[in-house]
Amino acid sequence: MPYDKVLMKNVGVPNSTAIQTYKASGGYQAVAKAFGMQPGDIIDLVKQANLRGRGGAGFPAGLKWGFLPPDRELTYLCVNADESEPPTFCNRVLMENDPHMLFEGILIAGYATKAKVAYIYMRGEFMEQFHIMQRALDDAYQAGYFGKNILGSGYDLDCYIHRGAGAYVCGEETGLIESIEGKRGQPRIKPPFPAIAGLFHKPTVVNNVETLACLPHILTRGVEWWTGLGTESSKGTKMYCVSGPVNKPGCYEAPLGISVRDLIYSDDFGGGMRGGKKVKGVFPGGLSVGILRGDIFDKAPGGAVDPEKNFDELDCILDFDDPRRYGLLGLGTAAAVVVPEDADIRDVLLNIARFYSTESCGQCTQCREGTTWIYQIARRIHAGAGRPRDLDLIAELTFSMGMMPGLSICGLPDGAVYPIRTVVQKYRDEFERCIAEQPAGFVEDHIERINAAAYDLPIRDGRAMTHLAGTMHELKIRQE
Amino acid sequence: MSWQVIDRKTVAEEKLGPGLSAAAKEKVRSYFDRFPTKRAAMLPALHMAQDEIGYCSLRAMREIAEILEVPPSAVSDVVTFYTHFWTHPRGEKVITVCRSLSCELMGGKKILAALKEKLGIDEHETTPDGKYSLVTEECLALCEHGPCLLINEKTHKCVRLEDVDEILKDPDNDKVTMPRSDLFDAPPQA
Repeated sequence: MPYDKVLMKNVGVPNSTAIQTYKASGGYQAVAKAFGMQPGDIIDLVKQANLRGRGGAGFPAGLKWGFLPPDRELTYLCVNADESEPPTFCNRVLMENDPHMLFEGILIAGYATKAKVAYIYMRGEFMEQFHIMQRALDDAYQAGYFGKNILGSGYDLDCYIHRGAGAYVCGEETGLIESIEGKRGQPRIKPPFPAIAGLFHKPTVVNNVETLACLPHILTRGVEWWTGLGTESSKGTKMYCVSGPVNKPGCYEAPLGISVRDLIYSDDFGGGMRGGKKVKGVFPGGLSVGILRGDIFDKAPGGAVDPEKNFDELDCILDFDDPRRYGLLGLGTAAAVVVPEDADIRDVLLNIARFYSTESCGQCTQCREGTTWIYQIARRIHAGAGRPRDLDLIAELTFSMGMMPGLSICGLPDGAVYPIRTVVQKYRDEFERCIAEQPAGFVEDHIERINAAAYDLPIRDGRAMTHLAGTMHELKIRQE
Repeated sequence: MSWQVIDRKTVAEEKLGPGLSAAAKEKVRSYFDRFPTKRAAMLPALHMAQDEIGYCSLRAMREIAEILEVPPSAVSDVVTFYTHFWTHPRGEKVITVCRSLSCELMGGKKILAALKEKLGIDEHETTPDGKYSLVTEECLALCEHGPCLLINEKTHKCVRLEDVDEILKDPDNDKVTMPRSDLFDAPPQA
């Protein structure tokens, strides 16, 4: 399907980071148009376009801006360029290739929300990208797009790039705000929401890079063009990432609503699996949304969707709502990582469990302990000492943490439980087979060596014994 | 008194490590007009200390606390939260290996094992000659080029097992040819 690229129009163009290249391709016209409008009209326009946040949660950007108190004196705009969700890299591609598109989006968003200062929070790993962005920002300042009285409109906006230092949780909006304030990046309790009291206790808007990059195009091409793209609930165009053992891993732009199968197999996108392998599973929107079963399973008769049964789920449409039907969290960042048929699902579980246990900020007990214990159980299964009860134990743990049961401050544990729960549920047969094939006696013999810390308490039927009523007596007996 | 910060000399003078230069201190102060509070210049200041000294030494942390008008414990608080800040000297070149799922599926584990074997060190260790430190990172956002690694600022993409030797031999394996901004001082060339 040939599609006229919008967000990625300058990707691959020589010298695409220069301001002249961007202006030659029609850049900085939207901001001139925006300055001719009232800020409230721009917010209404974005609401009409139903621009949903591209950072993962899919919250409508116009609605977010509408929460700002009308009588505010100072507003801050924070740009979330802390793209830490594995395996997402669309923001990196955008910043590497077209930083001025982001700056134009910042100008429009800043004008619409009456922001005086914009901070771009870039993750610490982006060194090369930081140099590109800082250089481009200098150019934009020199050309008069930032600073005082921009383009003679009387509007002032300063923009600074703030470098993070390696923390996944700083991609959460209040964690990001704390980090800019020079503190540990631990998310804040909401309410108050950032729109009321955010950065330096002033009204703050936090938007993702890609969300802001969409703004110039909505303004120049109009709301009708934007709402003509995409599906019923999800309008517009999106940058899809695909990685893993596919023939053409990379970032591709398409209107919202392509299927996972297209993303992997279509020649416009992933171009099929390397070596003709089959797909065991795919994380369609970053790790945090969960896993879909691949085509090693049979197709469901009649196209029925039932996440409980072992059917091929690659026909999932990548928009903001369809992944929910498959038991996933949502669209996430639309970055797919493909797990091939020869990968060991225990490796996958270990990798994701480790990721969330190391990246939990440690504020909320359920998240800090829950992710750590899941990691320890995953290590046990990976080392060949798993027990059938372990799978139930993981499933039970995933229901006892996260924002949805109301047990945590931020959404990190929700992002942790969805992949872990779906991996354990959807590949239960494989886990059980692996556990059944373990050599007899391995568990008892090697329990101390594998994971001594996890076994300080005697375990019975997959539970630490003190967690059961009346087990302190048994504990004593065993110690004696 | 709890509200006063008294240096009780609990740390020996020689263990405090090097401090910030006057130029770096001035540069930290130049960040003050970006933010309404002084404390917000914490991360830029720590990045500067790390670029200049190589790690966040105790003396640099104390000096930053003095400049930012916060207790030294607040600086230590921040340093220990973020994984990029080192509290002890690191090697001349820091190799960061990505271990996210995409890189692992493409063979990242083998690259890490090869690096460990060739350098003779484990994760988070430095070679005895002080040339290389080896660390892992959860994701470098280079997933389409997996497996990837980062040497100081330079990214190495689509690393194959047979490339590891070549990368380690190359003396310029950490040099980037990016156009730099005047606002950002390059780390001093050793």
